[in-house]
Amino acid sequence: MSGFAQNTFNGLVSGAFYALLALGLAVIFGMLRVVNFAHGAFYMLGAFGAYVLLSEAGVPFWAALVIMPVGLGLLGMALERAVIHRLTKLDPLYNFLLTFGLTLILQDLVKLRYGVQSSPYETPSLLSGSVDFGLFDFPTYRVFILGFAVLLCVAVWWVLTRTRIGMVVRAATERPDLTRAFGIDVGRWVTPVFGFGIGLAGLAGVLAAPMRAVNPLMGADLIIVVFAVVVIGGLGSIFGSVAAGFGIGLVQAWGEAYLSNFPLVSQTIVFVVMAGVLLWRPAGLFGREEAPA
Amino acid sequence: MLRIENLSAFYGEAQVLRDVSLEVSAGEVVTLVGRNGAGKSTLLRCVMGLHPGQRGTVELDGRDITRLAAHKRARLGLGWVPDDRGSYATLTVTENLTLPPTVGPDPWSLERVYEAFPALYTRRDSAATMLSGGEQQMLALARVLRMGARLLLCDEPTEGLSPLLVQQVGDLLREAKRHGVTVLLVEQNLHFATGVADRHYLLAEGRVAEAMDNSEVRSRERELLAYLGI
Repeated sequence: MSGFAQNTFNGLVSGAFYALLALGLAVIFGMLRVVNFAHGAFYMLGAFGAYVLLSEAGVPFWAALVIMPVGLGLLGMALERAVIHRLTKLDPLYNFLLTFGLTLILQDLVKLRYGVQSSPYETPSLLSGSVDFGLFDFPTYRVFILGFAVLLCVAVWWVLTRTRIGMVVRAATERPDLTRAFGIDVGRWVTPVFGFGIGLAGLAGVLAAPMRAVNPLMGADLIIVVFAVVVIGGLGSIFGSVAAGFGIGLVQAWGEAYLSNFPLVSQTIVFVVMAGVLLWRPAGLFGREEAPA
Repeated sequence: MLRIENLSAFYGEAQVLRDVSLEVSAGEVVTLVGRNGAGKSTLLRCVMGLHPGQRGTVELDGRDITRLAAHKRARLGLGWVPDDRGSYATLTVTENLTLPPTVGPDPWSLERVYEAFPALYTRRDSAATMLSGGEQQMLALARVLRMGARLLLCDEPTEGLSPLLVQQVGDLLREAKRHGVTVLLVEQNLHFATGVADRHYLLAEGRVAEAMDNSEVRSRERELLAYLGI
């Protein structure tokens, strides 16, 4: 029983990262119709930035948790203005070429300066140790990540469903042209939404620094699963991306624990689930078929 | 109020509108009739600023708006009632109504909308796509009235509605007209068209084939119905 709780807890923690990254991808895709293949690179930059801030300037984790998402969000907004916005009128192939190209550039810039070895990042002292839940105890830092991610997802959900900004974002995400015809300057919201999505990736990166190996390729490894999550949840579905994020975290953790005798299955289970979902619901669990303008 | 001059529109290589010129005066209700594929909806989309491939001029109150973005046209008082009713699945009924900013001098209040459409009030917190087809049509019309739009662009508002609802749409358009609202209406239902409109343009193969008034449409109803294939 305590083994099961352990696996479930770890699954939810991995799921928290998937959810934060998939949430950013979903709002970006919804608003821009751009699949941001560079999302993993920004996650990596978040973690690396936190590491560099601490090791070279002594900036603590808590400050990095604010500085990196804001800084990367601004960088994302600049990139959107400079290059990403040109994609809207082009063949989707350019979407892939540009954002994947950005990934390679960002990864290699980091490699050039810091090499490929992993760098350690110490867990902030406030969050070291473990929390006793009676039958089992979990590392404090992981409990913090899970709580923080859930709070963040709830906050984003609240903004999206309860505020005028959220209403505009939902409308523009569902039917951009129609929303323009109702007097809303959809273009004005595109840059901040892109920056917000990138900021979330950066935030996930900072959160990952103390528990994952910080290296230039950490985003590339993670992003493949995140794309499976996004497809399962339904591309552009905000609720779907969060639900699928936690769901896939669980599936993966349980798979590794209980199917470890079948490594082929446990390593591919995420993609098997994805294929199954696509056969059953081609637009993803919470996705809708694209509506005309 | 609205002046369209030598408007041509394209879908890729295919030309769907050929040098269309027409005018709608303030306070008029004008319909566009024509077979499927005659270019009626494309014409409305051009006026709204939603069709990218076009040539010619669109003027609103003497101002050239041909190059103006759709959201700016809406803010000048254009109200869009799309053929698919334009309900947002991710917005509640109230949100669907309050999404557009108010743009005209005489916008309906939300209270007035709900008084006029009790069915929308009872479903105000549901997703708009959960409404029946007729209710969604009322929602689409109520939305542009709440905006206070001065020129309504309505794409087949009676399509698929029961006779009772068709009558209700007619009442609504007539009331809007009484308050000085101008309407450009795509309509296949000639009976309905002559009941609400002042004038009619017959579109055929992307051109304005004829301009008719109500008495002419009534006297040639048989011929027109046969032509429209209804």
